[in-house]
Amino acid sequence: MPLTLEIITGERRLLRQEDVDEVVAPGSLGELGILPNHAPLVTSLAPGELRVKIGNGVEEYFISGGFLEVHSDEVTVLADAAEHGSEIDAERAEEARQRALQRLDQATDADRARAQAALSRSLQRLRVLEHRRRRGGGGREMARPTG
Amino acid sequence: MANTREIRRRIRSVENTAKITNAIQLVAASKMRRAQDRALQARPYAEKMQSVLGHLSSVAGDPDTAHPLLERREINETTVILITPDRGLCGGLIANLERHTGEIVLGPEAGGSGELSMIPVGRKGGDYFQRFGINFRASFQELGDYPGLAETQPISRIAIDDYTEGRVDQVLLVYASFINTVTQVPVTVPILPVEAPASADDDGSGESQYIFEPSPQEVLADLLPRYVDLLIYQAVLEAAASEQSARMVAMRNATDAANDMISDLTLVYNKARQEQITSELLDITGGVEALKD
Repeated sequence: MPLTLEIITGERRLLRQEDVDEVVAPGSLGELGILPNHAPLVTSLAPGELRVKIGNGVEEYFISGGFLEVHSDEVTVLADAAEHGSEIDAERAEEARQRALQRLDQATDADRARAQAALSRSLQRLRVLEHRRRRGGGGREMARPTG
Repeated sequence: MANTREIRRRIRSVENTAKITNAIQLVAASKMRRAQDRALQARPYAEKMQSVLGHLSSVAGDPDTAHPLLERREINETTVILITPDRGLCGGLIANLERHTGEIVLGPEAGGSGELSMIPVGRKGGDYFQRFGINFRASFQELGDYPGLAETQPISRIAIDDYTEGRVDQVLLVYASFINTVTQVPVTVPILPVEAPASADDDGSGESQYIFEPSPQEVLADLLPRYVDLLIYQAVLEAAASEQSARMVAMRNATDAANDMISDLTLVYNKARQEQITSELLDITGGVEALKD
């Protein structure tokens, strides 16, 4: 039985997709792949790329952190913020990266962690875009945001 | 009978009032729909988070030691986060919230003894309680009609910091809960220390034995601040829906009352006009009669 994937943020339900073959998520301990019949699991997520595989197609999402729950073939991603690959604004991500680098240069200890986090978010957004471009931007049209 | 002009002026003034209240009503109605939608959209996230928190609390051990945000302490200081509208013209909503909060300020909900401070969100509540010299830990205004998580997070950040650093031992959230378009009820929700919801589907069958990565304690530490963020965000959304519906209903009543007044005044005006004409006619005929002699 294939997986059902839901990506929810505090502000909206980004996606509800049935018949998913595999989900690859950016866990806080490293990337993890989830296949059907996975054991019940709750893990925290780091900023990064979430890949959804259906058949031969792959869709990328950017997740800025949050949690992932697996229970009886239902995968729920509780994201702080999430975007479909096509929603990512390359310019804004690049600007955010520059800004974070600048702040990191002159940051005191208190700001350092926050600047670091902002930097990693912008880098991960750019990485999702890069992967998308390399695959020829799109693949099969599926697993699109519903909201 | 020179007061026909006065009556006409009153009618015009009431008509203008009716136009304004009607416009406010229409604006509030459309904002209300959107605010309600947003409140509904936040629900799946909240439900999921609660169920995860339920699973966690059953494995994370004693709540008093599992995480600082769960720890129950003796109450020396209570903070009330009071969510009110920025603007008036919304019927009894604000007065009800203020009365409800006043009962907490005076009553045993504050834990009987101890200090009380506030974080007013929205201008109206802040203005009111400032007069009583209550200490404000922070105050927020103009979150907008459709606040996002980015706008509400600073509120929870302050509450969490004050709690973990021991300045405050209990945080209550007061807002107007949205029942339906005509009913909004002020409610008090304790948010800190966090009360973990009971695990919903933990029937002891062993089926819900979750693996937690990195560990239950670390997931809990990640989850709890977000849970507090979410409780406050949801309350703000619900308060926004309540505000718009209260305003819509209040302004509809005002428009109806103005229209009633206009028809009453029109009746009085017509009567006065007729009386004036009659008395003028009498004057003329009287004058003619007098000249005849």
